[in-house]
Amino acid sequence: VVDGMTFSVMAVDSGHGGNARDWDGRWNHVQKFLERPGPFTHPDFEPSTESLHFLLETCKILVIGAGGLGCELLKNLALTGFRQIHVIDMDTIDVSNLNRQFLFRSKDVGRPKADVAADFINRRIPGCNVVPYFKKIQDFDESFYRQFHIIVCGLDSIIARRWMNGMLMSLLIYEDGVLDPSSIIPLIDGGTEGFKGNARVILPGMTACIDCTLELYPPQINFPMCTIASMPRLPEHCIEYVRVLQWPKEKPFGEDVPLDGDNPEHIKWVFQKSQERASEFNITGVTYRLTQGVVKRIIPAVASTNAVIAAACATEVFKIASSAYVPLNNYLVFNDVDGLYTYTFEAERKENCTACSQVPQDLKFAPSATLQDILEYLTENASLQMKSPAITATIDGKNRTLYLQTVASIEERTRPNLCKTLKELGLTDGQELAVADVTTPQTMLFKLHFTS
Amino acid sequence: IDAQLWGDHGQEALENAHVCLINATATGTEILKNLVLPGIGAFTIVDGHKVTGEDNRAQAATELLQELNSDVSGNFVEESPDKLLDNDPEFFHRFSLVIGVQLIESTCLRLAGVLWNAGVPFLVCKTYGLVGYMRLAVKEHTVVESHPDNALEDLRLDQPFAELKNHIQSYDLDNMDKKDHSHTPWIIVVAKYLEKWYNEHNYQLPKNYKEKEAFRQLIREGILKNENGVAEDEENFEEAIKNVNTALNPTKIPSTVQDILNAEGWKNITAQTPAFWVMARAVKEFVENEGEGKLPVRGTIPDMIADSEKFINLQNVYREKAMQDASVVSKHVESLLQSVGKVCVYKSKKKCKNAAFLRVVRCRSLADECSVELVNKDEITSCMDNPDSEMVLYLMLRSVDRFFQQHSRYPGVYNYQVEEDIGKLKLCVNSLLQEYGLNVNVKDDYIHEFCRYGANAIKMITHQFVPFNNTFIYNAMSQTSATFQL
Repeated sequence: VVDGMTFSVMAVDSGHGGNARDWDGRWNHVQKFLERPGPFTHPDFEPSTESLHFLLETCKILVIGAGGLGCELLKNLALTGFRQIHVIDMDTIDVSNLNRQFLFRSKDVGRPKADVAADFINRRIPGCNVVPYFKKIQDFDESFYRQFHIIVCGLDSIIARRWMNGMLMSLLIYEDGVLDPSSIIPLIDGGTEGFKGNARVILPGMTACIDCTLELYPPQINFPMCTIASMPRLPEHCIEYVRVLQWPKEKPFGEDVPLDGDNPEHIKWVFQKSQERASEFNITGVTYRLTQGVVKRIIPAVASTNAVIAAACATEVFKIASSAYVPLNNYLVFNDVDGLYTYTFEAERKENCTACSQVPQDLKFAPSATLQDILEYLTENASLQMKSPAITATIDGKNRTLYLQTVASIEERTRPNLCKTLKELGLTDGQELAVADVTTPQTMLFKLHFTS
Repeated sequence: IDAQLWGDHGQEALENAHVCLINATATGTEILKNLVLPGIGAFTIVDGHKVTGEDNRAQAATELLQELNSDVSGNFVEESPDKLLDNDPEFFHRFSLVIGVQLIESTCLRLAGVLWNAGVPFLVCKTYGLVGYMRLAVKEHTVVESHPDNALEDLRLDQPFAELKNHIQSYDLDNMDKKDHSHTPWIIVVAKYLEKWYNEHNYQLPKNYKEKEAFRQLIREGILKNENGVAEDEENFEEAIKNVNTALNPTKIPSTVQDILNAEGWKNITAQTPAFWVMARAVKEFVENEGEGKLPVRGTIPDMIADSEKFINLQNVYREKAMQDASVVSKHVESLLQSVGKVCVYKSKKKCKNAAFLRVVRCRSLADECSVELVNKDEITSCMDNPDSEMVLYLMLRSVDRFFQQHSRYPGVYNYQVEEDIGKLKLCVNSLLQEYGLNVNVKDDYIHEFCRYGANAIKMITHQFVPFNNTFIYNAMSQTSATFQL
């Protein structure tokens, strides 16, 4: 039996399968699941000694995120026997991570999470080969993602999840309208927030995807501007005022110096100004800790919730890789605020899901509606929830950018279009609009229908 | 930042805790990891096993766990728990919690007996194949701040206290300018329209759906209209309408708190009475006197559309009342302590604000669970009406323990044993059911499955100490779980 944390490197040369790294009995525990028939196995399961070889040597897993969930996932997968593990994380280690991201020590602060996590696992678990990438998921394209058998996400952002979801959708191959199962890469997605968490299994093109169940995600806390600007009531409103309005105006640390949540000098400044704002309105409760929490959008995290969700996810990876059991179908909710509570259900696919249904999306607007109206719809509609959509269309045979926010010069140039009506812009009934956004790697096509 | 979740009190309690882990297995060390990371005060590992090679498992685990948090003090004892129970059972009295992982039944029951009598909480954990099991045995665990997620607000609209009444009266909705009207907190709006309703309905709260709907309509009619008679956009009124359902719930003491206030065992306060029960008694005296049948006011209100001044003023009305009530409870605490010759040392104010969130968890002892006379037959048989209920996993775990007792090993460790062991394990299952008089059917599939596991532990869920009551079973095959009281 492998006792993860307590095992030092002990390579005994007897090898199972001729591998000098594997001491006698090292994979006993896993073998029992792979080589013995049983009453609850997957209908397609066939006990075999080759499954172990596949697990150890061939199966390629991609872990996204090397934070709270990521550390747990890497540990669990490596201990289960997976050896070809790749991990992507764009962050470096912060001292506040150390109380649950246990692959990191104080000497590692400042280094990329992916690198340190890979080092730790590779050194502690002989034979394991974790390959790190200190990058964003958007830095890779289809050819990269296609190489993996299973992808597991331990992300803290819905946008990133949706992007990943979209990427796997784009890998699907349909022949005569029939999905080719070999183009499916299962996505196991885990999420946690305090004492709550969830784990889900997504088979792209077959089961409910991230976008199918967008409303399951709790609404992000965004305070309305009028509250922030003129009618604060809570200490959080005061802090947001300083962050969003006062900092850009006063530029306290210089021109073009953005507010850095990890810089104690910055936080101190925000804290002081927030207190001043709060006392103007007789609001109490502004603390340094709250200031930092609001600026960094910190959601308090608990080590054990991450452990639970990562364990559930790793179990699913094992089940899918080995076909040893029927995978979770398909959503697990966990909550241990009061006792211990789990709830498992089958999330349903949305018929007209923007990501996975292949149903063309419609936009119904009057010709007198403005481009601004369309923009608002794209961002506010519950099933779309885009962040900063860029809209292009073919008008009079030429491809024109109607509005794009993410490049300052183009934003300035196209801003006047927002007030123009669709008719004025030259758009016609039935025409296609192409929309790009951070929430999806592929451009989304919409069909414009004029209402009277 | 995590202290935001359990507060400074929680963090202090955590830092004063000394946890004992018996058996540094994968599961055991995983549990400790999740306690060491947030900052438990100290841990001690008791383990007589050796890691292949030279190192003792307890020592190796302690050193590695220490790395995770230098503020935690780690110790180890290279001894089996049975030996300790033989030679020095009082060893275990010093711990705030003992966690026993992968213990065999006899050791487990011995230890449980010692800990029960010493009042030390005992958490038993087992992982077997794809099944996880946790059993909490604590005579009484009190929770002061239970942080429930969706607790209803304590607004007192049905029985406004004097200061709230005065504050409501200071508003005259019919004679306000538009800006003020649209930025009046919904609590005030509901209160004002409630007064109107009382006048027409004999001072009775809207009770059923029909009446609440009529009340909502009354509020809706209060929305200002422009010169064309079209309703203005008044978000505060929309909030009022939306909140009618819950805002008019009669103020009452939750039954869980009632039970605590009426608990028999603590009617008489002595010098030895734990702080929680002194507090409970003080709250009870408040309820019976100054509170006029109600708990101390909680003092918080949800955020709502309003201008800053109106919101802050309203918030302060609730806050000040809460502080007042808390002071009164404090005085009760002081006089109770004085009456038994003690001085009040701790801060009781914060605890009073959460009077509605007091909880007590009492678990049955393992001895009772396993006794033929006291076994919870009803719980077991009713769960087994569904033969695939997680309860079957509990019965299998008990049967496997029985198997170990008889054969000094677990079923199906080696491939050649699997077939034969299925039969042997089935005998154990039947003898267990017979001994306890359980008329249930355990499907053969489960017996087969448990032989398949061969005592293996693929590491499963792990936890910090959570007062579930009292048995938790996790089934990783189906990713489902259940809690039973056994």
